[in-house]
Amino acid sequence: MSVVVRSAGFLTSVQDLGRTGFRQSGVSVGGALDSHALRVANALVANDDTAAGIEATLGTVRLHFDDERVVAWCGGAFAVRINDDELPPGHTGFVESGDELTMTAPDTGGRAWLAISGGIDVPLILGSRSTDLRGSFGGHGGRALRDGDELSLDKERSRRCGTDEERRRFQTAAPWGAPATWATTGNRNVLVRIVRGAHWDRFTPEAQSSLVTNSFSVTSDSDRMGARLDGPELERIDATDLLSEAVAPGTVQVPPNGKPILLLGDCQTIGGYPKIAHVITVDLPIAAQLWPGDPVRFHEVSLAEAQDLLREREEDFARFRVGLSLHFE
Amino acid sequence: MRIEPLGDSALIVRVADHFDPETSSNAVLAAVRQIEAVAMSGVIELAPAYTTIGVFFDPARSGSFGELKATIEHALQTSLEPARPRAGGETVIEVPVCYEDEFAPDLNDVEQHTGLSQDEIIRRHSDATYRVACVGFTPGFPYLSGLPSELATPRRASPRKEIPVGAVAIGGTQTGIYPRKSPGGWNIIGRTPLRLFDVQRESPALFHAGDQVRFRQISRSEFEKSLA
Repeated sequence: MSVVVRSAGFLTSVQDLGRTGFRQSGVSVGGALDSHALRVANALVANDDTAAGIEATLGTVRLHFDDERVVAWCGGAFAVRINDDELPPGHTGFVESGDELTMTAPDTGGRAWLAISGGIDVPLILGSRSTDLRGSFGGHGGRALRDGDELSLDKERSRRCGTDEERRRFQTAAPWGAPATWATTGNRNVLVRIVRGAHWDRFTPEAQSSLVTNSFSVTSDSDRMGARLDGPELERIDATDLLSEAVAPGTVQVPPNGKPILLLGDCQTIGGYPKIAHVITVDLPIAAQLWPGDPVRFHEVSLAEAQDLLREREEDFARFRVGLSLHFE
Repeated sequence: MRIEPLGDSALIVRVADHFDPETSSNAVLAAVRQIEAVAMSGVIELAPAYTTIGVFFDPARSGSFGELKATIEHALQTSLEPARPRAGGETVIEVPVCYEDEFAPDLNDVEQHTGLSQDEIIRRHSDATYRVACVGFTPGFPYLSGLPSELATPRRASPRKEIPVGAVAIGGTQTGIYPRKSPGGWNIIGRTPLRLFDVQRESPALFHAGDQVRFRQISRSEFEKSLA
């Protein structure tokens, strides 16, 4: 009923869909930086959307299982193996008692999310199992995982993805899987779609056009709070300080130095820098893979288009879940 | 009053155009109650600030931006019974602050910008009564209104990567206290030993919107004692 972390890699943590309801006390949503990837992985192992999984960042994570489980992962260009057999992204994998699962990050960096049937059994803190790394609460002891940690797994729900017969036939990985664009999100040289932010008009026409025509590059002081971008300075017409107000993952804010910051899951709840744009929700998975040195370009879409894309994805996800239930035991 | 999108999954209600320490907080808190009183499908939570309220929703379960906007506009025209004042009147929280050099790396910058002596800055900062306009940025971080206008100092041009726990700082016309290590662009003028946020407490955040706050100057040794 547990996994032992034989090797924790670098910045591996327990995450779920994040913590909502406490923005009024300043608590970040946090959770898996790409919550869609974790949801897809959870669906592939017949977990509820809210089950806690593992976010891996760099290095190699090695997990030792002491019972039979179903696993799945999505995200960057990682190599994942169950013992010596490869488990492709977005596929249901079968783990036996005594098996070892390894996740190796690509040299170019990235993030990946692993779901295990039953989910990781850590206490709910303020309604979530995710680790708030800066606040040091939630997840496994409020911190990133270390070598030797033991994570309890919850009992599997009444169902499991993959029948006994399918497990025997397919051994490591089932042939069914998630759409490739959901399973693998670590493409380089990406175009990220945005809608205009509330303070778009505070920027010069040059800054506005610069944002959508130039390439920016992710700097090394980026983290789970935000990707800091280097590129042409985005100048303001109106340089007066603003009163702090709500921001969200995806908000592109510009401090006085003119270098934009793309906020990610661990971002603050309110901030005072002008918001030039927001990355649309369906492109947050791309934002979650941005790594120092990566180039990034922005493309503007309308609010209606952004919301339609999200509704479409949610409909596709609902159909995907129904399709998977054919394999539920 | 204006309602604008904040990305594709949130909107921002601008309750007032300018911040007025006397009226804005009450107007925002009243609007929060009015919005909370209507059930809107797909709405996840609210994030009130000085003059605004962030409304977070799931577009897959909510109406369109236009529909949400109309519902909120209607809610804000519906009068509710005034909130009952809390027993014992408004909470006043006293915050001990050590303003000594090693805790106040930006006091020099504030001195240069305001033209006031360091002693005078400290005296005026700890003489005023503040009000918690909102809590945010990091868990338990109180944004305080009521900073004497002569102490206003612009944010640093480039934010610091790390500000220590308990740092008391000035950012523009605002002052606040950092509950935990975090990046930030405000000018640090002191440090408090108080614990501002603790998930083990029944109410994790020490401050809530509407609370009154006063700073009290303490010595280095009092600071050490309170931490122990």
